Amino acid sequence: MKKVGTSSLALQDRGGLGLGGPGRAGDGSRMDLQQIGALAVNPLGDRIIDSFFPDGSLRLDFPGFVRVLAHFRPVDEEDDGNRDPKEPEPLNSRMNKLRFAFQLYDLDRDGKISRHEMLQALRLMVGVQVTEEQLESIADRTVQEADEDGDGAVSFLEFAKSLEKMNIEQKMSIRILK
Amino acid sequence: MAHRLGLLLPLLLGQLCSQLLGTSGNSMLHYWNLKAENGSWGSKRIQDNASVASAHTLLFSLDYQHVQTPFEITLWIMLASLAKIGFHLCNKIPTVVPESCLLIFVGLIMGGLIYSLNDKSPPVMNSDIFFLYLLPPIVLDAGYFMPSRPFFENIGTILLYAVVGTMWNAFGIGLSLYGICQVKLFNLKDVSLLHNLWFGSLIAAVDPVAVLSVFEEIHVNEKLHILVFGESLLNDAVTVVLYKLFKSFSEMPSIKSLDILAGIGKFFLVGIGGIFIGLLFGMIAAFTTRFTKTIRVIEPLFVFLYSYLSYLTAEMFHLSGIVAIIACAMSMKRYVEANISQKSHTTIKYFMKMWSSVSDTLIFIFLGVSTIGNNHEWNWPYICFTVIFCLIWRALGVLVLTFFVNKCHVNTVTRKDQFIIAYGGLRGAICFSLVFLLPEFSRKKLFIAATTVVILFTVIVQGMTIRPLVDLLDVTKRGETSPTVSEQILIRFFDHLLAGVEDISGHWGQYYWKDKLEYLNSKYLQKILLREYDQARSSIVLLYEKLERKHAIELAEAGQLVHTPSSTSLLRRHGTAKSVPSPAPQDQDIMDNIQDLLATNLYRVRRMCPRLIRQLIQLTHSVLKSYLHSLTDSRILSSILTYRGALLGVNI
Repeated sequence: MKKVGTSSLALQDRGGLGLGGPGRAGDGSRMDLQQIGALAVNPLGDRIIDSFFPDGSLRLDFPGFVRVLAHFRPVDEEDDGNRDPKEPEPLNSRMNKLRFAFQLYDLDRDGKISRHEMLQALRLMVGVQVTEEQLESIADRTVQEADEDGDGAVSFLEFAKSLEKMNIEQKMSIRILK
Repeated sequence: MAHRLGLLLPLLLGQLCSQLLGTSGNSMLHYWNLKAENGSWGSKRIQDNASVASAHTLLFSLDYQHVQTPFEITLWIMLASLAKIGFHLCNKIPTVVPESCLLIFVGLIMGGLIYSLNDKSPPVMNSDIFFLYLLPPIVLDAGYFMPSRPFFENIGTILLYAVVGTMWNAFGIGLSLYGICQVKLFNLKDVSLLHNLWFGSLIAAVDPVAVLSVFEEIHVNEKLHILVFGESLLNDAVTVVLYKLFKSFSEMPSIKSLDILAGIGKFFLVGIGGIFIGLLFGMIAAFTTRFTKTIRVIEPLFVFLYSYLSYLTAEMFHLSGIVAIIACAMSMKRYVEANISQKSHTTIKYFMKMWSSVSDTLIFIFLGVSTIGNNHEWNWPYICFTVIFCLIWRALGVLVLTFFVNKCHVNTVTRKDQFIIAYGGLRGAICFSLVFLLPEFSRKKLFIAATTVVILFTVIVQGMTIRPLVDLLDVTKRGETSPTVSEQILIRFFDHLLAGVEDISGHWGQYYWKDKLEYLNSKYLQKILLREYDQARSSIVLLYEKLERKHAIELAEAGQLVHTPSSTSLLRRHGTAKSVPSPAPQDQDIMDNIQDLLATNLYRVRRMCPRLIRQLIQLTHSVLKSYLHSLTDSRILSSILTYRGALLGVNI
């Protein structure tokens, strides 16, 4: 937890984060997160909340909360040179950020985004405006564009490759977590 | 204005026409010269001359004054466009020298010609014409096609450079030049501090026209492009305020601190007022296009009219016209694009591009023409120091500001980017027009000379060398990728994700505000401004449809060898290929076989990879060719291919 030390202090100072409902102070449950109003209207709100509870557990402790948010720390460019290769990759590296995003698509955790999962994600984001057929063809096209080995699903490596031009380090970063 | 503009063109024309008419060329020349001297186009003397020359009815008469103004304007535009064709005919030159430099050279040549033919100075670009007619099309084009996502992502940096950077430059240049003026050697003692600051304020601003014409050709990465370009557009607000502030100071007997405070307040008024007027006209334009379903033909007109009105209204209130027109174009674009037809969209795009191109060309030619002549006082020390200070202060400004930007932002600006931003600070026609608007005082010509040299230096020297520098420094260039639907979806996905995480962490970052704006848009604005609200489309769906359409056209073209006109039938989603000419009867069974072959193989074509589809087409092609090699009738071959192509179109 060495690298996320500073950010966890910053978060503790912030206090009112919506956590700490009726339970013990410093612990949160799914309901607490759901009470954050803006998340309720966010199309991906449920999935984001689910990502905080990785193993199906019902309570979220503070280190777990911080671990998830640590994915969104801006990447420190000077760190790369001095990093000890034996240590595990820091949580805010590009690969780990992508893995976090991948998990939001991949609901059944099989390591691949199938057409069905893509369809579900699309339905959340675009759903009300288009017909079911159009959604299916959009999902088809999306999987086609990213899929290289022709298995009809997008694996993590294919996902990473399709995003290689996007500046993930800067996109998936929140300034205050620096 | 026109008689100053094209003073000598009728001269040349008149010579030509008089020679044709057989009257003495010299006397005509003499008369027209006299007219120029008198400065009025009194027709009396010419009429007298004509009536003396022949008392009979003329078969062929010359009435130049009647068409003079539009004729001269058209001739200038024609000259500019022909010059452009000329450059592009020789392939090597445009890659080394940017177009703006070439146009300035043409202008210089024209100016030299005019000056040598007639000893007076050539016509100078009238500031009114520039600000009211030549500048708005360029700015409108820039604002309408501005990529809004990178613009708003970098808006903080852009505003910092535009506002603080320009003020830093203005005061820095003004004060340093005042310091130079104190040196007795240069004979500049009578240039006051106020005049120096005034000059500093107009020379400090980076010009959007020059930046656009140079950066368009060098294709740097999007973020860098938007930083320089956004800065050049938004610094107009600062320039307007500073210029008018110093102007009012020069007219006031004494300056109190209250006036300075009023100046600062005025800045906010100018900027925010401009944005407000722009948004107002943008919303009205979007609302108007809601009702244009039955009169599609005049739809493009509304876009232009409302944008121009917003510019003029802002200028009327002495607010920033450029900011207003940008705000108008950006706010109206989204709704107007959804309401108007595809053809109107194309019309708007090409009209805007054409107008802005013409304006751009004219501006640079006039810059060249106006350089020659008696308008300048060539005090070389002052001029050289102006150029040096412009460069130094810009570099310093960019360095200092970027330091602050990188502290606050995740999106850092690298050293290479900083260099290009500093080097890309080109001055252009706006400074030029502003310097001509200065009131007449003893040293005005000095300022005109200095401005001319700075503009020529930045456009020619910096414009020419920036391309090799970009290559040398290996600055990230714009990626040559075509948009994919999956990328669009992922971008949207990240928007939602980041907005959600920002909510959780309690931080009101850019995604939060973007989300809020989207919410406001979908709840209220779309209902009022869009014609068919139930069909409001998300960008994902729109992109998908656009790509599918393009895909269908590509497939049709790959299938089409001979008949281009029938490609229109492919895009019609009819159930039957009615428009295809029927093949000869004896080949009917061949046709049936082919039809079956294609129908079974092309079912579910949409679900195939594009690569596979192309292979399938090639396979079908070769099958057909071998099948039909005995048929020598090329008409049948072509009609069969057309039929096949039509089937492809139907399936898609």
